[in-house]
Amino acid sequence: MGIISRGFSGRRTSADVKLPPGQYLTTDFPVLSAGPTPHIALEKWEFTIDDGARVLRRWDWKSFRELPTENISVDLHCVTRWSKLGTHWEGVSLDTILAEIETDAEYAMVRSYGGYTTNLPLDDLRNKQAWIAFRFDDEDLAPEHGGPARLLVPHLYLWKSAKWVRGITLMNDDQPGFWERLGYHNYGDPWREQRYSGGE
Amino acid sequence: MMWHVGTVIALQNETATARTIALQVPGWPGHIAGQHIDVRLTAPDGYSAVRSYSIASTPSSNGRMELTVERLSDGEVSPYLTEQLAVDDRLELRGPIGGWFVWRPRQTEPVQLIAGGSGVVPLMAMIRSRASAASAAPFRLLYSVREPGAVFYRDELRAISDQGDSVQITYAYTRAVPKNWPRSVGRIDADLIANSTWPSRLTPTCYVCGPTSFVESVSVLLLACGNKPDKIRTERFGPTGGRQ
Repeated sequence: MGIISRGFSGRRTSADVKLPPGQYLTTDFPVLSAGPTPHIALEKWEFTIDDGARVLRRWDWKSFRELPTENISVDLHCVTRWSKLGTHWEGVSLDTILAEIETDAEYAMVRSYGGYTTNLPLDDLRNKQAWIAFRFDDEDLAPEHGGPARLLVPHLYLWKSAKWVRGITLMNDDQPGFWERLGYHNYGDPWREQRYSGGE
Repeated sequence: MMWHVGTVIALQNETATARTIALQVPGWPGHIAGQHIDVRLTAPDGYSAVRSYSIASTPSSNGRMELTVERLSDGEVSPYLTEQLAVDDRLELRGPIGGWFVWRPRQTEPVQLIAGGSGVVPLMAMIRSRASAASAAPFRLLYSVREPGAVFYRDELRAISDQGDSVQITYAYTRAVPKNWPRSVGRIDADLIANSTWPSRLTPTCYVCGPTSFVESVSVLLLACGNKPDKIRTERFGPTGGRQ
């Protein structure tokens, strides 16, 4: 326990809400991005899977939207400490996206319009844990929240859920993405409070 | 990243709702202008709350640091920091954090700072870093603020803009202007961007900090003037907190 802050009592979250350590509840949806919001026309949008040397799969918006979709209800945890519970999305499971990809790669670099990147183990994109989401609360996903489509990988801090996603590069060796190079944790598990590199 | 214990050595009100907190932090590793820290408050029963705040002071190695905190009416930590915290109190903090929204003295290109309200705090750290490094990098600050009484660092900014070779500062008042002010109230618009910021042909690095809607609209205006997305760095805060 830290030193006591004289006169501080704080505002606690109701005991029946289970949040990761150090998080607080919010009901709105704050935006955090490192640069301007890209605006991508659907007719120019594409999503590719590559292995660093060649493109293995490619979808345009039409073929992407022909993939089977799922309704998703998940909790979001941002490294800036807000959590938002029970958010509703529609998207395509990464299990569907990766179904026909044969690879020995163990890591993935997720790439976005605007140049953002984030890395994670490929296994974290599989087994009903990750989606490419294009609707939020029954509306098309707004550009400031990552539209037309963003990665949704809610078991990790939200910076891993890359906005404006345009593809995934499969990697044999792990490499850090944008925030992972700039002081944030390489993996980012909110339940282990993996916020910053160098540990807690 | 370890927690440090700082001692409050001075407090100064910037506006009716914002206060600068000067801390002495033994063992502090130093920071780069634009970075932020985590502040942790702990109640007697062990409950704690942590929020991030931008560092306002210039990088220095002597363990002294200043934060400027704006009180959020529904906040959990900012009311304590702006109303209850007293000189000689101790405060736990951790950092510095963030390696993107930063300015380093080795940067020589023109710099365009654009602040909305309390978003001026990390930009002030950059202005102060420029001065303490005796940098000649050309700086401009466009500062959008509700009214004259809401300006942070008023005297220091006036002194800086009065110096010849220094930082050009333009204010945009959104609710009330000072007496005899040449412009009417209004948000930052295309005209103001065109007339008061660096031309995009000089490829300035732009730092935009403020509420989300402010950062969104300013970024769009900067892009429309020909600035490239990779030259625009943003830091946003939402109504529920995020960074200050």
